[in-house]
Amino acid sequence: MLSRVADSLYWMSRYLERAEHTTRLLDVNLNLMLDESSASAERRWQRVLQALGTPKDVKWKGDPYELVRQLSFDTNSRSSILSLIIMARENSRHVREQISTEQWHRLNSLYLAVTLPGLSKSPEPGTMSMEPELPTEFLTQVMEAVHQFQGVTDSTMSHGEGWQFIQVGRYIERASATASLLEAFHDDLWGDGQSERVEGNEYLDWMGLLRSATAFEAYCKVYTADLTPERILEFLLLDEDFPHSLRFSIDSLQCSLDNIQRESGKVRADPLRRLAGRLQGSLSYSGVDEILDGDIVAYLRTIQVQCREIHNTIYELYVDYSIQAALAS
Amino acid sequence: MLSNQAQTFERNTLKNYLLDHAYDEMFEGPDQLHGHYEPLLNHFASLPEGELSRRKAAADLSFLNQGITFTVYGREDGKEQIFPYDLLPRIITQAEWNKVERGLTQRIMALNLFLRDIYNEGRILADGVVPREVVYSCKHFRRQMVGLQVPRNVYVAICGTDLIRMQDGEFVVLEDNLRVPSGVSYMLTNRRVMKRIFPQLFRSYNVKPIEQYTQLLLGTLRSLAPEGRPEPNIVLLSPGVFNSAYFEHAYLARQMGIELVEGRDLVTHDNVIYMRTTSGLRRVDVIYRRVDDDFIDPLSFRGDSILGVSGLFNAYRAGNVTLANAFGTGVADDKALYAYVPDIIKYYLSEEPILQNVKTYLLTDPKSRQHVLQNLDKLVVKAVGESGGYGMLIGPHSTKAEQAEFAEKIKADPRNYIAQPTISFSRAPCLIGDGLEPRHVDLRPYVLYGDKVSVVPGGLTRVALKRGSLVVNSSQGGGSKDTWVLSE
Repeated sequence: MLSRVADSLYWMSRYLERAEHTTRLLDVNLNLMLDESSASAERRWQRVLQALGTPKDVKWKGDPYELVRQLSFDTNSRSSILSLIIMARENSRHVREQISTEQWHRLNSLYLAVTLPGLSKSPEPGTMSMEPELPTEFLTQVMEAVHQFQGVTDSTMSHGEGWQFIQVGRYIERASATASLLEAFHDDLWGDGQSERVEGNEYLDWMGLLRSATAFEAYCKVYTADLTPERILEFLLLDEDFPHSLRFSIDSLQCSLDNIQRESGKVRADPLRRLAGRLQGSLSYSGVDEILDGDIVAYLRTIQVQCREIHNTIYELYVDYSIQAALAS
Repeated sequence: MLSNQAQTFERNTLKNYLLDHAYDEMFEGPDQLHGHYEPLLNHFASLPEGELSRRKAAADLSFLNQGITFTVYGREDGKEQIFPYDLLPRIITQAEWNKVERGLTQRIMALNLFLRDIYNEGRILADGVVPREVVYSCKHFRRQMVGLQVPRNVYVAICGTDLIRMQDGEFVVLEDNLRVPSGVSYMLTNRRVMKRIFPQLFRSYNVKPIEQYTQLLLGTLRSLAPEGRPEPNIVLLSPGVFNSAYFEHAYLARQMGIELVEGRDLVTHDNVIYMRTTSGLRRVDVIYRRVDDDFIDPLSFRGDSILGVSGLFNAYRAGNVTLANAFGTGVADDKALYAYVPDIIKYYLSEEPILQNVKTYLLTDPKSRQHVLQNLDKLVVKAVGESGGYGMLIGPHSTKAEQAEFAEKIKADPRNYIAQPTISFSRAPCLIGDGLEPRHVDLRPYVLYGDKVSVVPGGLTRVALKRGSLVVNSSQGGGSKDTWVLSE
């Protein structure tokens, strides 16, 4: 497969995963906000921004709906859902002949629907801010479309090398997003010893965390609706079967990297295998107690650093290699 | 004769269908249909009112969702447009088609012999059939190609010839497109949409299939592989996603199952072309290139091109890679050279041309130039190296100022222009609003030449959708329609 194609498939997939993650975070928080006093709004939305990796061009200005509008529609920001969809679609356009017609239809229809003129109009200054109904409808639409796209991807595209690169993009994005989400919620899970909490509110927050990773129902099946920080951490980090857990993401990533290595034969992939294997090992063979004993934030940051290293190594091996190196091997 | 129902239909739908002196594809004379359009009109008459518009909307949506669009996309509000499409098929009988097919075959053979000759011995120049200065002054003449052998002596492997129909109903050649002709994907997708929108009608007509085109194209490319490469790696080289024909490049690559590459995917090493893949470098044997000569190799041609591959020409020269079409084919579709094509056919094949040319004035000839300058308001003037309807003056539709401007241009550089009479080429019925109206159409059949010549029956019928307009190019408000060649 062409290196350029691998590059585009990878990013198409990453951007869509990121769009879906952003969408879900906004949806969950808009919903939970209704049950809360407005005083805690700032904390909540700052945390959302932190979980999204603190996008440079989006700032909390005191109005949740304005923030949601920016994160949804502002094409000046590369982290808005609209920008992410446009970039994903642009990448898919570059590899139009590599993906299935069904995939293209799904993504292109989403693109056409969200770029419809008028949808993203910002409210006139002085009038009431955006209709509360509209973002939810938009968010639901995006989430459903991305899920459909992923379904169509799995059922209509050959599970060859291209599909594996899509998997790699999806899971590397998901792994670092989940790590970042857990980091943002660290203070809420363990308390920072300063903020006074209202009794019962932490339950809402923890549920919010789980739902931000679509994990609430799956968690309940394993541990019942009894939420504790240790179990939440254990579930989101180490659960073997839940598709949004870190362990699951890294397992899938590793599996796809192995398949790519097998298909593309010639390339010496030892450094990549070492990196991914080390991360996989640490997630497969640690208990939650060991992690709790150490510095949780540092642990989560290391995971994010490792994800970045894996990304760089993939690029050195498959996409950005030098001609000399390729001719020599 | 039309049935009762058809007569009501005619009153409503055909009220704006006015015949003029141009040949009409549907009506032989007032109230007199060409036989092969009768089932079509009857079928439309049997549809409930408004059904045509509904199907038109369904077809439009289908094009949009498939991303069959042609305008370049910016990051702001997506300005993609579908290629305008007319719902009514253009129908050609088998007898008419047979002649076209023979004519096109004859023409591509002769033009290939001509290209081989002028880049090698130059017999036709020595014999004075074609003046040397016409060939050597052509801006698409590539001296780098002189003395170079190309596989099977095929220079033009893929060609799209523009035909028009004169008042007497005869097809004539308007221009040859021998460089990188486009539009074939519209021919194929038009057909696909038509079959979905009018399945019964299509079935009743016994239309010759065209879906084999991509397979024929692949076979043609394979037959041109360098010697000693029995399993050639064939790729399609595209300028990239910002090219207006990118949809077509992707479509063809996909239909043929070959890689769609861009210049940045290819590298040269020791005069061999490789593509960068995830498993390392892979050798490339045949390139179906959709990049113009000028931009394809910054080392040999335009140095400022970022679309090309450095060293490609040397690899080609070394015989390690085949390009289709070859370099320098543009000399044979130069509009001044066009005037000599009938002589070229006679010279190499000792046959009379089956398809005629349009009368063409060469402006390098003082007498013709004088005549043209005096009659600019009646003639069409074209720049010799342009395509896509650019650099053109349509006399009867032009202002005095435009005519004066062209007169200056012609005097400054007579070799760069030719003139032709304004031809009222044939008109075919189109769906305009709720009714049918005649619009001017041309026909671009696609010809392939590898180990043999193949012409898929039909081609792209382009329509000047503006009333009275004679310009069919999509860049100038033209559209297209499906073309049905009937088998008896």
